[in-house]
Amino acid sequence: MSYLRGLGIVLATLFLAPLIGGLLTGVERKVIARLQGRVGPPITQPFYDLVKLWSKQPQAVNRIQVVYVYAHLFFMVVSLLAFLLGQDLLLILFIFSFASVALILGGLSVDSPYSRIGSQREIIQLVTYEPILVLLVIAYYQVTGSFLVSKAWGLTQPLLYTLPLVLASFLPVFIIKVRKSPFDLATQLHEPHQELVKGIITEYSGPYLAMIELASWYELVFLLALVTLFWATDWVGGLVLAAIFFFTVIVIDNITPRVTYSWMVKFVWKVGLGLAVVNVTWLYLWK
Amino acid sequence: MPWVKSARIHSPWLLHLETGGCNGCAIEFIAALTPLYDLERFGMLNTGNPKHADILVVTGCVNARSKRVLRNLYEQMAEPKVVVAVGVCACTGGIFHDGYNLAPGADKVVPVDIYVPNCAARPEAIIDALLTAVDLLAEPTGGDKHVNQR
Repeated sequence: MSYLRGLGIVLATLFLAPLIGGLLTGVERKVIARLQGRVGPPITQPFYDLVKLWSKQPQAVNRIQVVYVYAHLFFMVVSLLAFLLGQDLLLILFIFSFASVALILGGLSVDSPYSRIGSQREIIQLVTYEPILVLLVIAYYQVTGSFLVSKAWGLTQPLLYTLPLVLASFLPVFIIKVRKSPFDLATQLHEPHQELVKGIITEYSGPYLAMIELASWYELVFLLALVTLFWATDWVGGLVLAAIFFFTVIVIDNITPRVTYSWMVKFVWKVGLGLAVVNVTWLYLWK
Repeated sequence: MPWVKSARIHSPWLLHLETGGCNGCAIEFIAALTPLYDLERFGMLNTGNPKHADILVVTGCVNARSKRVLRNLYEQMAEPKVVVAVGVCACTGGIFHDGYNLAPGADKVVPVDIYVPNCAARPEAIIDALLTAVDLLAEPTGGDKHVNQR
């Protein structure tokens, strides 16, 4: 019975996650357009983009680049699946990091300077947010006594009450991962912003770019699922928290300019990491 | 397939090249991208990357230096692709048509599908041309079309 349930979750995730991720991206583009006083694209726009990119001529610079795109998509899907099946949070974050590493290796495998500099910035971003994610897992362990995600679904008190600063420090991580301003240094997906042409994804085109786009939808759902962990006691609370978080990110995206990578490292390590460390220390000393 | 066709109609990404001129048509093209005209309501984005773009918008007179840039950008774009020449300089060379260092029109360098003659072309005319270009994207006539026959 539990095997059937697991299979059901896997199949539902494989089909529903891109649907939700694509719709959220469409809503986000519509909200941005309304904030700027224009009509904006239809909410189904990301799906049009995806199908169009998929139907274009496949063009790859080299073969290994294609392998890394598949790896990126695969590990992104696996990390979301492992999360929804209630697996080990530490392992999930390792798989999630490997998805980013696959994209970086793909960007470094070509000779384009834009792609290479974009990849190097992506490495700096990885170094910037990874300590916060590890501290998030440690704080999670301190409260629940386990690394398993399924443990959070049985809690009586939301994690937000004991880990408010960890959630605050997760905000810059989220912005870096969904490539929003002010931390859209490495690349910008489905946006007309330009930095280093398109940074890490400059050399991808057609179906391979579509796969990166699809992976970004799985990634968005995964990150929002991580946010719902902070209010895992009931469905509605978790979804509301994720919605507030997502809208905050859209607003921050619209009111801030892009910063340099050194500023990003300084800010995220001082403020973000600082908040997480304070929360973890407080839990260690007084709980 | 109908849904591929519909996706191509709703999501053309643009690449703009100013080949060297007075920049008037370039400014009008960028005006079409601003919130006033809002090209994004048709799903159009200015990508700035030939590998992601579907429509190449050429403005200005194509001179000896920018010829190879134009050719290079065009060759990097993935099929299906459409070229729109905006402004009379990009269409025929305009008043500079017999200049010693100019190609009289972008179609001497890359195969142009749609011409927007004006000096400078209005944003409304550019939007009209881009929406016509979208139909060409949806019904590609095959790879042979993009051989310069002129």
